[in-house]
Amino acid sequence: MNKELINLVDISKAFDGETVLDELNLNIHENEFLTLLGPSGCGKTTTLRILGGFATPDKGSVIFDGKDITNLPPNKRQLNTVFQKYALFSHMNIAENIAFGLKIKNKPKTYIDDKIKYALKLVNLEGFEKRMPDSLSGGQQQRIAIARAIVNEPKVLLLDEPLGALDLKLRQDMQYELIRLKNELGITFIYVTHDQEEALTMSDTIVVMNQGYIQQIGTPETIYNEPENAFVADFIGDSNIIDAIMLEDRLVSILDTRFHCVDTGFGRNQPVDVVIRPEDVELTAPEDGILKGTVTHLIFKGVHYEMEVTANGFEWLVHSTGMFPVGTEVGIKVDPFNIQIMNKPASEDEEAAGIEE
Amino acid sequence: MKNSRLKLLSSPYIVWAVIFIIVPLGMVFYYGLTDKTGAFTLENVMAVMSEEHAKALWISLGLSLLSTAVCFFLAYPLAMILAHMNVNQHSFIVLIFILPMWMNFLLRTLAWQTLLEKTGAINNLLSFFHLPPLNIINTPYAIVLGMVYNFLPFMVLPIYNALVKIDPNVVNAAKDLGANPIQTFFKITLPLSIPGIISGITMVFIPALTTFVISKLLGGSKILLIGNVIEEEFTQAGNWHLGSGLSIVLMIFILINMAASAIFDKDGEGGLL
Repeated sequence: MNKELINLVDISKAFDGETVLDELNLNIHENEFLTLLGPSGCGKTTTLRILGGFATPDKGSVIFDGKDITNLPPNKRQLNTVFQKYALFSHMNIAENIAFGLKIKNKPKTYIDDKIKYALKLVNLEGFEKRMPDSLSGGQQQRIAIARAIVNEPKVLLLDEPLGALDLKLRQDMQYELIRLKNELGITFIYVTHDQEEALTMSDTIVVMNQGYIQQIGTPETIYNEPENAFVADFIGDSNIIDAIMLEDRLVSILDTRFHCVDTGFGRNQPVDVVIRPEDVELTAPEDGILKGTVTHLIFKGVHYEMEVTANGFEWLVHSTGMFPVGTEVGIKVDPFNIQIMNKPASEDEEAAGIEE
Repeated sequence: MKNSRLKLLSSPYIVWAVIFIIVPLGMVFYYGLTDKTGAFTLENVMAVMSEEHAKALWISLGLSLLSTAVCFFLAYPLAMILAHMNVNQHSFIVLIFILPMWMNFLLRTLAWQTLLEKTGAINNLLSFFHLPPLNIINTPYAIVLGMVYNFLPFMVLPIYNALVKIDPNVVNAAKDLGANPIQTFFKITLPLSIPGIISGITMVFIPALTTFVISKLLGGSKILLIGNVIEEEFTQAGNWHLGSGLSIVLMIFILINMAASAIFDKDGEGGLL
């Protein structure tokens, strides 16, 4: 891991008496693509605004490159923001938009012109200098917003749901574009989104947040394969989350049925939550399964079939390339290493921060 | 056809417009461009060149420009304060601003006359504190005061409207790119509010230019504005031809102003609430 660039230390923030962030601690490294992921109201945007200088924390401090910048105004910070809905200056043409930050810093004209050319080339919009923002499509405006930020050579680029207003195809293209940009620029990206797919695709590190708390920090693989609690499991991808009892090391009772697993150290007869991804549920002939069930729903999703199977009173969500018609008796099997065991929330507070159904 | 039905629906308005706008306007032009025998003449329009009329026109232009400027410098900060308040606060303040507009314009101006009189409320108060009296009644200052007081809301509201339409993130983006608050104001906020400013200037300048009530009540009979001259031609001298001719001149100034505002406010963004 590269060296730490930003430290958020014990950040708390409340609006109108409602806590948005509660003693948040987060370290961000150089050249990292870090995503703050969570549902609306989880505090991710507030965290970004505190980093950008648009909000001041009630408690705690923001350390940037070893210096405390908690109370520094936005115009004095070495980071730039790409805003939701682009926030281009509609009374200026594209070149003037991109040049804004450089003109403020009194850079020479030749330098500014070179930078505009370079930035437009970087975002694949060469020759757009004289166009007005209103004449551009959403995707193009987004690229200009990025170009306007990066010409200032910030150490960190903050992106606030920048792809939220784009359609699906464009969003996917822009995801690859952002990864390419980040690699070419070699700077830190801090990205806010509620879209788990975006987060999984682009990030080096994902920070899953809910109700002002960090739920889990990890690589996309860790977050997806080893969610630490039911909220993370539920928020990232589809999953079956089931109450279970850990009988002993490597043996768990799910719906009164014994399943082998690979987890240890939970103690005997300990209540736990179990996560099984729908693609990890294997459907077999009834006599070959660990559990018997009946298919109740069947939908074709393109890449796979989505089925719901009722077994021991639980609706199992199953993704499979094989298909069983509704009403079929099937067996359910899960490989031991595909069963993810999680501790139950310890307190009511944590329960509140968990899933609401 | 849908189109013809829409036209039918608009017919009451067309009738109204013909009776109250087109016909009177036609009459102004007819009287303005003819003499007593009904023959075509430009004499009534050219009469504005006479020393007395030209003086009234220049005073009118000067005082209404001054009032518009004063209104602008009072209204802009006020509109900015309003635009930064939260919803509950600002609707109350906007109401306070609009409230006097519901009262009769004449009454409000008469109230100022009483307040400003040599032995009026303001001077009584000043003498109570042994301060020198304020003798501005029947001077151009009183007229400007009356204009500013009466027309200020028409400047505040369009500017306020333009300001609340600016995405706060656009302002944040400017700060993010290194602009300090003063740079942000002059490079972003002010240019983006120009449609509102133009609309406000039009809505203050035109009524100020054409008023005769304010000058009559607060300027005594000493200061004649072009509005007063026209009024006198109609009501006292009975010379409708001259009155209409001068009205045409005034209309030219109004059209110039409206043409200028149309250029700046292409989207009609600065309109009143």
